[in-house]
Order: sequence, then structure tokens, then C-alpha cells
Amino acid sequence: MRSSPERHDHQGTATTAASMIDAAPYPVLLVGADGTVGRVNPAARLLLRSAEPGMPLADAAPGWLVEAHLGYGDGSPPARGPIGARTFEAHASRGDDGSEVVWWLVDDTDRRLAVDALRVQQERTDFLAEASSRLLSSLNLDRCMRVTARLAAQNLAEAALVIAPSTGRKHPIAYCGPDGVVVRDELVIDPAELPGLAEALQGFPPVPSRWIDPATAPAWLPSAGLGQIGAMVVTALPGHGIPAGALVLLGGSARSSFSEGEEVFARLFAARAGAAMSAARLYAEQASITQTLMRELLPPRVSRLEGAELAAGYRPGGPAERIGGDFYDLHPAADAAGESLIVLGDVCGKGLEAAVLTGKIRNTLRALLPLADDHHLVLNLLNGVLLNDDAHARFVTLVLASLRRVGGSLELRMTNAGHPSPLIVRADGRVETVESKGTLIGVLDQIKSQTVTVVLAPGESCLLYTDGVTEAKGGPLGDELYGEERLCAALEQCAGMPGQAMVEHVQMLASQWTGHVHQDDMALVVVTAPRGAHLSAVGGHGPGRFTA
Amino acid sequence: MSAPSPGLKGLADPWADALWRVVREGSEFDAVDMALSALESGLDAEDLILDVIGAVQARVGAEWAANRLTVAQEHTATAINDRVIGALAHHPGLRSRSTGHLGRVAVACVDGEWHALPARLLTEVLRLRGWQVDYLGAQVPGPHLISHLHRTGPDVVAVSASLPTRLPTAHATISACQATGTPVLVGGAAFGADGRFARLLRADGWARDARDAAALLAAGLPGPSLDHQIADDLPHLADQEYTMVARSAPRLVRETVAGLIERFPGQPSFASPHTAEDVAHIVEYLATALYVDDTPLFRDFIAWTAGILEVRGVPARVLLPALELLGERLADFPRACGLLSAARDGILTGIRGGDPAGLRVSGLEEPA
Repeated sequence: MRSSPERHDHQGTATTAASMIDAAPYPVLLVGADGTVGRVNPAARLLLRSAEPGMPLADAAPGWLVEAHLGYGDGSPPARGPIGARTFEAHASRGDDGSEVVWWLVDDTDRRLAVDALRVQQERTDFLAEASSRLLSSLNLDRCMRVTARLAAQNLAEAALVIAPSTGRKHPIAYCGPDGVVVRDELVIDPAELPGLAEALQGFPPVPSRWIDPATAPAWLPSAGLGQIGAMVVTALPGHGIPAGALVLLGGSARSSFSEGEEVFARLFAARAGAAMSAARLYAEQASITQTLMRELLPPRVSRLEGAELAAGYRPGGPAERIGGDFYDLHPAADAAGESLIVLGDVCGKGLEAAVLTGKIRNTLRALLPLADDHHLVLNLLNGVLLNDDAHARFVTLVLASLRRVGGSLELRMTNAGHPSPLIVRADGRVETVESKGTLIGVLDQIKSQTVTVVLAPGESCLLYTDGVTEAKGGPLGDELYGEERLCAALEQCAGMPGQAMVEHVQMLASQWTGHVHQDDMALVVVTAPRGAHLSAVGGHGPGRFTA
Repeated sequence: MSAPSPGLKGLADPWADALWRVVREGSEFDAVDMALSALESGLDAEDLILDVIGAVQARVGAEWAANRLTVAQEHTATAINDRVIGALAHHPGLRSRSTGHLGRVAVACVDGEWHALPARLLTEVLRLRGWQVDYLGAQVPGPHLISHLHRTGPDVVAVSASLPTRLPTAHATISACQATGTPVLVGGAAFGADGRFARLLRADGWARDARDAAALLAAGLPGPSLDHQIADDLPHLADQEYTMVARSAPRLVRETVAGLIERFPGQPSFASPHTAEDVAHIVEYLATALYVDDTPLFRDFIAWTAGILEVRGVPARVLLPALELLGERLADFPRACGLLSAARDGILTGIRGGDPAGLRVSGLEEPA
């Protein structure tokens, strides 16, 4: 029946709309202006089993939807909430007559779960990236332990304890509580008291994380700031073939367990922390070996020899080197009447290999000290040793200087074996070259040498140096050698200078000359005849003589 | 000599005057005796180190700038001051105060920096205040410092630089130290009187002086951030001007010196090695100013050089042709040209203003 086309149209549209709503794959509720449910489509009926047309919305739908309906206006954002085990997004639109509101419910459970999972993954990735860069930045075990404890406490649990393998009787530990403050300590502990700890500390065979009943926690286990321990898990920190330690995650009383995801994630973190800690451990071991071996090769500390002031400086060539082919050694006289011996030399070559040979030469010369009255004999014997050394086909240039106090002056007996000539700085600023020519050592079967004697008056100095000074390449134009001439000119300004100042002055000039470029090794020794009796009487550290 | 009595300027000043006299004479043992006497007279050890020895060292720099000390004499005085500090460090009264309970600090000078005394003064002050200090000395190569940090894991590393031309090296050192997770405190004239280069190079802290450094350490330095990329610090380096100038420095110097000789054939002084050294310094400062993108750094250096030249009886305007020749060679580099013209204007203003040095030598150290 069609009484009017308009009405027909309206009826027809309404009917079409109603059937469309019924057929919609989403739950749909029509709610009238009076707050009662108008239409419930089958999908909605399946979801909201009690919903019937005519009942108040409050009886048909969950509270969050009722609230959303009461607050609905144009432009309201979709509401969100759970229905049963799933969650829904509720979109509203006005019905045809403007007073009805149509609620479309969209199941967003999976999307939300995916979003949540993605967020968790992103957070974990961020955390692992941060953990990696923090852990990789340091090769210091102590710092790695602190970083591990803090990151674990802040991201994986409420508190965390890192236990490193024992060094002697004690185990180094790092504990970080909920306040983020890391405490480092050394504890005498029995790993057997904490189930899983002994295995984790052994590192091999690999053991899974171990759940511990908090009630069995040993008394030594720190838990500051945590109150009651609610959950506890022990994870091994895997190292590079050596155990790096164990990580104990501690949960507060509000937590009764760690989820499986958290535990898997903790293992990912533990792998990184373990790698960093074992790298730091290996580095520390290597560094300590290197240091022990190098100690013998480092130049000696300068002390006062009888009747002479000494100063020395040493700088290896490469920026990463500590030792090189230049060396010096100081041998005090056996008795007050005897001579002290100074040696300064340069093994051909650079770096570790050259340094090892300097060690041999210094030892050989030490053994030859009783013969030091005869420089030629000493050099000859050293020459024989080097010629017979198949391991090192290298040669050395050096200067021997025997020192003896004569009255207020200092007498130096010097022999030069193919080395740059020592320079004397006189009290009036004259600079003299010590002319003593000899062959270098370790090449020819027969060596030649010539010993000369010079006398230093009080305040005068003698500079022994290696060619790293004069062959420093650079200058304002970049390609000139520093050269003996410039060195002598500089020393003319150094009359009366304390030895240490002279050493530093020459070092500075040479390094200024080369600019930013590191070049050859450089060794310097300055011997100065003390000025006046005062100097030998007052050691420099005695109580004040300064009164008058 | 008699023990100075306290004057109006405070307890330390008379001692500083007295110490200056013996240091000036080059009398090492008298200087040590005097410092120990000052200590025994009741002067506080920190005041002795900073307000007596530190003050004497500042005066050494000023006297050198005023041409009243040679470089060699400056070195002598510095070595004596260093020896005095060494003697004090062994004094039982001071050793007992060095408990090291506050934590561990590494103190080092940037590679290429041989002015070690400021770092030495800081070392002793920090020891007195209760820090365990590893003093690594002058010219510490970056790799040495880093391996020291790995081995010892200090709470903080303090890096000292006096010469602004060490700033590029300092930048590398700061970032390398931070990459180990160690906070970096910097100090020294190189970082600017206002510390602006410390901020530019992203140091974790800047100390005006040793007392300031001790206060900052006591308050605790924030750790370095790990997400920062060194390349982001100085975006202006993308124009390559620094790289080009630094790399071609020897050639720039050679060409500039040759140009000076050609332009002023009657001036034998331009052929002297000092001219090449002076030009090399100018180029080095120019490169540094390009690195940190800072006009005052270069302008002040030129004004300072002008002042030094005036003190040594050389008119400041001799710098103008050198700046001009450099400008011609660097015509394609807008930032370099800007720096050179700012420096030239600075000299001209100084000459017109009747102050031939531009800025009279008033400071103690090279400008920063």
C-alpha cells in the first residue's frame, strides 16, 4: 500500500535499514532517546545475551557502554571496554530521527593484543639495545657488574643481584634495589646455599633459569629496599667459555612469579651481560699480564745518583705504545768512591719487538757492571752477545757514561757507540758536543770505540738523547727535521736550568715540532752537577732551612 | 729571607710574593723549603697549592707574555713549581689527609698538551679532599687514557687543556672517554673563560678552577648519555673547511711566507724562521676556530699575538699582510674568510684606537 510516495520512501528506507542492521556482521544496538533498547541485531544478541528491545540499556549492556551512551554527543570518540573475555570498541551514530543512537560494537581483542605485544616487543628491543650499548661501552668488570645489576633491577624485576665467580675466597657482587642505587661488595658465600647458584656460577653445562622458593633465600642474600621477597629466579650469565657469573632477579611481595615471557627475556639480557662481563674479565687478565711483562721493560724511575742530579724523559713512538726501542738505565755506584753508570740507547726498530731487545741489552749490561771501568770491554762483550742472538737480527746504538764526583764538579767518562753525540750545556750558555766516535753494536765482529772524559762544573749539564729528538719531522713547513742545530740553539737558552725542566723543555720543543703526528721513540737523560754543597745536604724534602 | 707576615691581601699572598722571588731566581731547593715553611706556619695546604703555587704559576705565564721571561725560564719556573708540589705531596701532614674514600678520579692532559701544572694542582687538591687520584700527566695519548679507564674504572675522568688548539684532540678524547661510560669533567683555559667549548664538545662538566672542580665532583657528575653521536656535535664541520685547512696547513704556511717575502723584499725579518712559526700558529688557530665555529677564538688570538709582538717591539700591523695572503688562498672558504676579516678588523680597530695591541695583554694565559 502506498498512501504517499514520501511515506513509502521513508518506510522502505527504515525497513532496509533494519534489515541491514540485522544482517550486519557486527553487534548493533539501537538505543532510544528514553534510554531503552530499541533494536538488538542477532550478532548483538549473541554477545549480550540478556538484551531485549524495550529494556533499559543499563540492564542490557555493560557499565562502560552505558556510561558512553549517557555521555554521547556529536564528535565523541569511540568507547572501549570488555564484554566477557573480549574487548570491544563501540562506535555510535545518530539514528534516522536524530534521537536514537546506534551503537556498533567492533571486537578489537586481537588488535589490542597485537598492539600490546608489539609495545612489549618494542620496549624489550629498546631495552636490549640500551643494555648492549651500556654493557659494550666498558671493559671494566666492576662497571659491567654495576650496569648489569641496575638494568636488571629497573627493567626485569624489582631488585637484582649479580654474583661474579670468586676471586680467592670472596665473590664480588653488585646489588641494585628498587631505589636504583647499586652497591658493590665482596662476600664470602657458599653458592650451595642458594639452589641453582653453584651450577650457574660454573657456567657449563648450560642450566635453565631456576625458580627458588623465596623462603629458602640464604641470610647473606641482599634485599635492601625490597621488604619481603615475593619471587626469585637464578639465571646463569654465559661467558666466552669461562663462567661470567650469575644473575638473581628478585621480585617484591606484590609479585609471586615471573612470567615465562619475562624469564625468556631475562635470558636474552643475561646473554649480553655475560658476554660483556667475560670480555671485561679477559681484558683485565690480559692487561695485568701485559703490565707485569712490561714492568721490566719500562724505563727506571730516576733517583739521585751519588753526587749528581738526574732527570730523564721517555716517550714511545706510537700513540698506543708504552714501550719502544729507546731505553736508558741508571746504575748507582757500589760505594761512595766508585762510579755510577748511565746507559742510554736506541735499538733499531719500534714497538714491542724492539722493546724486548732493550730488555735483553739492559740485563746484559747489568751483568757486565763489574767491568764498567773499561767501556770498550763492556761494549765488545755486548757486541758478542748481540751477534750470537739469532732471535734478533738487530743492532743498537748507545752511550755509556760513568759518573764520578770530583770536588764540587762531576767527571763523566763517556763512550759513544754509533749514537748521537751527547751535548754539554755550560754555565755561560755555551753548548758543546761530546766528540767520541765509535761503531754501533751488533753488526760488526770488531767494534771501535773511544772514551772521552768531560768535567761538569756546578750547575752545568750533559744531555744524552736519542735521534727521536733530532729526527723529529715537522716544523711550520711540515717536512723539516728538528736537527742538532736547533737543539743546540735551544739548549743555549737552558744554562743553569734544573735537569727536569731541561728534559721537559726539549720534549716540548720536539713534540711541538712534530705537531699532532706521533713519530719515533724519544728518550732523554740530563746529568747535572749540583750547585753548591747545599744541594747534597738538603734532600729537598727535609725540614725548612729557610729561616734567615 | 724572612718569613712573610700576613698582609691585608690575605694569608697566602705574601707567601706567593716570596715564592715568586725564589722561583724567579731558579732556586729549586729554596722554593721547596719555603713551601714547607708556609705549611708549617699554618697556611692551609689547599690555599698553599692554589693561592701560592697556582698564583706563582699564573705570574710565570704573565711574565712570559710581557717578555720578562724566556720560554726556557718559564720552563724552569714551572719545573720548580712542580717539584714544590711533589715535595708537599710527600709531606706526612698532607699524605694523612689523602684518604681516597670519596671515589676514584683519573686526571690527564689532552694529547699534545704539555702544560701539566693545572692538572697537577687539581690532582693534589682532590687528594686533599679525599679522592683517590690517578695522575697521568701531560700529553696523554687517547689510547693510553682509554685503557686506563678500562683497567681502573674511575668514577670520573678529569681532562685538562690549556691551549685552544688542543680542542679538536680534546673533542676526540672526551667522546672516547664517554664511550666507556665514564663522565668527563674538563677544565683549563682552552675551554674558554665561560666554558663554552666544554658545552660545545659535550663534556659532562666544566670546572672554572680546581676548587670548582672539587665542588662539582662532590656534587656528583651525571653520566654521559649513550645515544649521542659525535658527528651531531658540530654540524658545521660538514663544509669540510676545517679538514681542508688542517690538512693543507704546511702548504698554506709555505705559500704565505713566500708571499710575504715577495711582497716585502726589503724586510729580512719575514725570511726568519720566526715568521714561519708565527704563520703556522695563525693557521693552527684558524683551523681550531673553524672546528669550533667561534670567531672570538681567532680574533682574540690575533689580538693577543699583536699584543705579544708589540711587547717585543714589533708593530701589530705586520700581521695584516699575513692575514690578507691567507684570505687570498682561502677565498673559497666562507667561514675562514669571515674569521680572517674579523681578525683584521680587530687589529685595525686597535691601531686606530691608539691601543696598538688591539687588546692589551691583560690576561695571564693565551686567550681561550
